[in-house]
Amino acid sequence: MALIQNVPLVSILLSLFAGPVSSVLDGKWAKRLNLFVITFIGILSAGLLSFVIGTDQEYVYTMGHFPAPWGNEIRVGVLEAAMALFFCIIMFLCVIGGVLEREREIEETKQNLYYIMVNLLLCSLLALIYTNDLFTAYVFVEINTISACGLIMIRQTGRTIEAATRYMIMSLLGSGLLLLGICFLYSLTGHLLMSNIKEQVTLLQASGEYHIPLLTAICLMSVGIAIKSALYPFHTWLPDAYGYSTLSSAAILSSLVSKGYIFLLVKIFYRVIGFDIIRESKVINVLFIFGIAGMIMGSVNAIRANNINRMIAYSSVAQIGYIYMGFGLGTTAGIIASIYHIVSHAATKSLLFVAASGITDASAKSENFFDLTGAGYRNKLAGAAFTVGSLSMVGFPMFSGFISKLLFSQAAMGNKHKILITLIALAISVILNAVYFMKTVIRIYTPEKKEVIIDKGFEEISIWEQPAKSAALICFIALNLLLGLSSEPVIRLIERGLEMFG
Amino acid sequence: MDFANFVTNYEEAVSMILFGIGFSNLLMQKNLIKKIVGMNIMDTSVYLFLALKGYIAGHKAPIVTNGVQSVDAYINPIPSGLVLTGIVVSVSVTALMLSLTIRLYNRYHTLDLDEISVMLKKEGL
Repeated sequence: MALIQNVPLVSILLSLFAGPVSSVLDGKWAKRLNLFVITFIGILSAGLLSFVIGTDQEYVYTMGHFPAPWGNEIRVGVLEAAMALFFCIIMFLCVIGGVLEREREIEETKQNLYYIMVNLLLCSLLALIYTNDLFTAYVFVEINTISACGLIMIRQTGRTIEAATRYMIMSLLGSGLLLLGICFLYSLTGHLLMSNIKEQVTLLQASGEYHIPLLTAICLMSVGIAIKSALYPFHTWLPDAYGYSTLSSAAILSSLVSKGYIFLLVKIFYRVIGFDIIRESKVINVLFIFGIAGMIMGSVNAIRANNINRMIAYSSVAQIGYIYMGFGLGTTAGIIASIYHIVSHAATKSLLFVAASGITDASAKSENFFDLTGAGYRNKLAGAAFTVGSLSMVGFPMFSGFISKLLFSQAAMGNKHKILITLIALAISVILNAVYFMKTVIRIYTPEKKEVIIDKGFEEISIWEQPAKSAALICFIALNLLLGLSSEPVIRLIERGLEMFG
Repeated sequence: MDFANFVTNYEEAVSMILFGIGFSNLLMQKNLIKKIVGMNIMDTSVYLFLALKGYIAGHKAPIVTNGVQSVDAYINPIPSGLVLTGIVVSVSVTALMLSLTIRLYNRYHTLDLDEISVMLKKEGL
């Protein structure tokens, strides 16, 4: 066994232990430790990715050397390693992008607590990516929820505490259903490891026994994860949680937390049940309908919002809808498009949150839409970054959003019954996206009168004034362009990863 | 679907009914404390279900006594292990929810989540 094959376990343990260690450090050192851990895990994951691409096959890491049906396992293929690397990059950029806001909005004595949450979140995301055991996945789903709740409520205002409570309630409903689904599957198959469950499920499907309990288990798990990742009718907690929490939290929550759950759902589809059975089960049709509804309704709500952060938060609802619509197509091409959209949306939405904070900084911290007039001139980099993010969301060529919409439309061709509705929904959703994003871009590039600027105390912010945020924004823009201009290797990587899944 | 199945597997049926009660309480109660109680009922019903799945009539708790190592002597220990893990999770989640409730109560002097939302809108923050 090569040394690099230990990376998954090492990175999970490293981030897990960095959490408690942060609790005895002061804010500054906790931040340094956290950034070091994220960078280190990112480098390790990059090494692991090149190793897995080199061998071109997935490997199983047995925990404690107990063989398959008894021990716990980690399973690593191309997609897992790539996702771990990508999550580390995004998390790093989110953490450095929101440094100023964190220091302003969180009490001095609670600074280090923030990094406990970030470390635990990273740990749980990595575990969700790598684990091959359903019950372990459930435990880390809960850890993910708890640390995400901490990230929301660390900024102590009435709004955030209420948002955290609503988030917890919704999440608990989802994890209750997920747990019940896992218990059903366990009682049907007698296994907890994903690959063993799949063998048994295939046998069950062939013999036709326990058809209804199996279907129930699939439904419970899909609906549970859909609730947790804020699919349309279950999104009520999302705008408050993203809109009022501190900048890094909002960016991390929107780009990583919900994506971790969705990745787990992809694993359940491919590794635990098998995609053919999922397709026959008609569960995906339900996901498809709610995904389409989310695409439209999320955008409609975003148009009505007059607070820029809430607008971006509602746009997340629409993007989650895209991802579930891709699942609903029931083709491998649809899943590839969805996974690409996970990546693209994570890169774009965190860019938008960071850029929006730069814009509001130049407008005397006002998040009201009408105070943003001309902010693109007062903070040039943030304005440019917001434009890039908006164009990507709308699906302008060159940026990552375009590729994901292209992939969705191509995937729709593979499903004769859903092609028309998918294309219509995509078209409507793109127009709605354009309405609210372009409205904002035009607003920030409309010159404001001099008297108003002096009257309201708006300040100009140069690139060098907030170096961390500027660096994060430049990296985000570069990442977006990279995903948009050279999408071919990423798509091929996702394809190969899914082949290893099945 | 045979009604007789419900009678023979009445324990499972009970656990599912409890799950429904807990789930709908967590979803629909306005009072935060009642929501938390509902959540605990929901979690406990899943543990009941798991414990049932691991139980084999006539077998003993899976602790080796008097050197008996036969599989036929003991119940399946894995569901018990899962229940233990689940209890740890639900205890920590309950603690977190209660602390959030205390914060909200100290600020707004009510346990009704909708009322709190109305107050927040009035504050206009």
